[in-house]
Amino acid sequence: MELSFYLIQLLNGIQYGFLLFLVTSGLTLVFGIMDVINLAHGSFYMIGAYLAFWLTGIFGNLFLGIILAIPLAILVGFVVEKLAISYVYTKGHLHQVLLTYALIMVFDEAQRFLWGNDSHGIDVPAILSGSIPLTDIQVYPVYRLFVSFVCIVIAAGMFFVIHKTKLGMTIRAGASNREMTQALGINIKTLFTIVFSLGVALAAFAGMIAAPIDSLYPGMGDNILIISLVVVVIGGIGSIKGAFVGAMIIGVSSVFGETLFPDLASVIVYAMMSAILIWRPKGLFPAT
Amino acid sequence: MSKLDNLKFEDPKFQDKDMTRRDFVKTASTALAMTAASSIIPTFAIGGMAPVKVGVLLPFTGTYAKLGSHILDAMKMRIAQNGDKLGGRKVDFTVIDSEMNVPKSTQRVNKLLKKEKANFIIGPVHSGIGINMARMLKDKKVIVVVPNAGANQITGELCAQNIFRTSFTSWQTAYPAGQVMLKEGYKKVALMYYNYAFGKQTAAAFQESFIPGGGEIVADIPTPFPKTEFQSFFTKIAAIKPDAVFTFYSGGGAIKFMKDYAAAGLQGKIPLWGTFLTEGTSRQAGAAAEGIKTTLHYSTELENATNRKFKVDFKKATGDDADVFAVQGYDAGSLLIQGMDAVGGDTDAIVDLQNALRSVKIDSPRGTFTFSKANHPIQDIYLREVQGGVNKVIGVAAKALEDPAIGCKA
Repeated sequence: MELSFYLIQLLNGIQYGFLLFLVTSGLTLVFGIMDVINLAHGSFYMIGAYLAFWLTGIFGNLFLGIILAIPLAILVGFVVEKLAISYVYTKGHLHQVLLTYALIMVFDEAQRFLWGNDSHGIDVPAILSGSIPLTDIQVYPVYRLFVSFVCIVIAAGMFFVIHKTKLGMTIRAGASNREMTQALGINIKTLFTIVFSLGVALAAFAGMIAAPIDSLYPGMGDNILIISLVVVVIGGIGSIKGAFVGAMIIGVSSVFGETLFPDLASVIVYAMMSAILIWRPKGLFPAT
Repeated sequence: MSKLDNLKFEDPKFQDKDMTRRDFVKTASTALAMTAASSIIPTFAIGGMAPVKVGVLLPFTGTYAKLGSHILDAMKMRIAQNGDKLGGRKVDFTVIDSEMNVPKSTQRVNKLLKKEKANFIIGPVHSGIGINMARMLKDKKVIVVVPNAGANQITGELCAQNIFRTSFTSWQTAYPAGQVMLKEGYKKVALMYYNYAFGKQTAAAFQESFIPGGGEIVADIPTPFPKTEFQSFFTKIAAIKPDAVFTFYSGGGAIKFMKDYAAAGLQGKIPLWGTFLTEGTSRQAGAAAEGIKTTLHYSTELENATNRKFKVDFKKATGDDADVFAVQGYDAGSLLIQGMDAVGGDTDAIVDLQNALRSVKIDSPRGTFTFSKANHPIQDIYLREVQGGVNKVIGVAAKALEDPAIGCKA
């Protein structure tokens, strides 16, 4: 294999890593700050994808579809937090797992009810449907580069919000000491509602933006959930930086693993996770 | 998903209570029915009066939910065309969602066999469940009709007098592709398939005809199931530059595969072949599916009277477009009707019934077919090409092809 082969694979890996980061950031936020294990995270990814599919179908434009779908996704997050999640904050992880597992079923059934059992795809918008030649026969779709670009913007935006704004400061305070933050007059209930809705919106947005390069099918969130949990655990629960690094490690290693050692393809990600956890039991960047 | 299933909340107390109550009602009603039946027609009670029990184990949730509902809807539609009767008896369906869960299938099959006392069990879609089911039901007093699960073993080493299949084997769909591709001049082919049993069997069957014919496999690329990120594999294909790529993907994974293949610039430059790749997915994949050739035992575009009528009927009954899975369900219905008519609805004459079922000739939307000694269709495999979003039939890849049923001693 020539050098160009490895460079293209590196590009593939980084691009996959960006996508993983986008999907995972919301999960690590909710997990780390609210200490809530949200197994329904993949369902929110699915909801985002189906909302984008539905609205794009109506309005004929993916970007318009996404812009309209985001407030709907935030609303879903808000309602779920108010009606369900808010009751299990103090109940421990088992209750949260049971509740959010039930939510997976509710959302899967809702998806079947609303959109049926068909598999669907969304076309890449015409303006981004071009491609860049890489070798004499392979080209790279512009839309994938666009997705990477959006992920960078989101990552920068999250970093800015969490480290440079008052909201971010409160979130960090809430994460490190809930009672003390509350004692200082911060309304932790409202804060949690905001964080959860934000987490849902991030997962749903990932589903929307990835919809043209993924396909939509019942239960599509399950696969996303498992890989997201791997990334979160590697990166360190609650750390956005960790989620980013973890996503890149998984993205690049799975791409090279699959092509160089195809027989081990399905275990590479998990082997990587085990190795990192032996070295750093709390992940690479544990939130303090 | 399977790992998460362990988390399901199952309280044995509730189950016990539920079971006892249900058992009681059931026992009571059966007793009543028996008394009633025996007092009217004492000699031919079960055969004449009681409804035929048809147990169904198919997926109605998850990725393959649509396959399950298409199979069941088409089978029910076929039986409805026969006046909702099998051999003159009414039909009583018990439908269970398989959830594509192999470990739980044992309990579910047992429920249909022992609790429901099913005369026929129809299912499954998933090959893993199919293998489990074949092991459990071999030579039991029940007729099994497999309307999808294509693992070779089910009518191979696990074959039995009472187990029938109306679908395909991985061998049957992939073996002809090797011959056709050689004929079309492809010498160096790369393989890409989901790395699970059916994908591996498909790849093996392809090589069985392709390599002895002078073909060469230049890359063997199993991809992890159900991952749908194929970019890195396409980079490998682009670097190797084979004459063509032969694949096994289906459903949502197939749509993604075809779209990414086109987006990577490989469409048209390195022709794509497969079996199920474009079945039920060609429209959603849009332009990315155009020109892809597949070998399969059906196409909606087949020109015969049965198929034309079937497509209209199915659309009317369900509002959905027919596909190969609906055909397999429809033919399962035909098999039951013809077999039961031949024995006058007497499910107790199990040997006669088995023989009757084996000798039927089915007028299927895929063309007429008969059953092999291993109770599997001897059928034509068509060569299809996606043109204008549909799978046009451009030839017959293999005429009246019989699965070798390796290891079948029945």
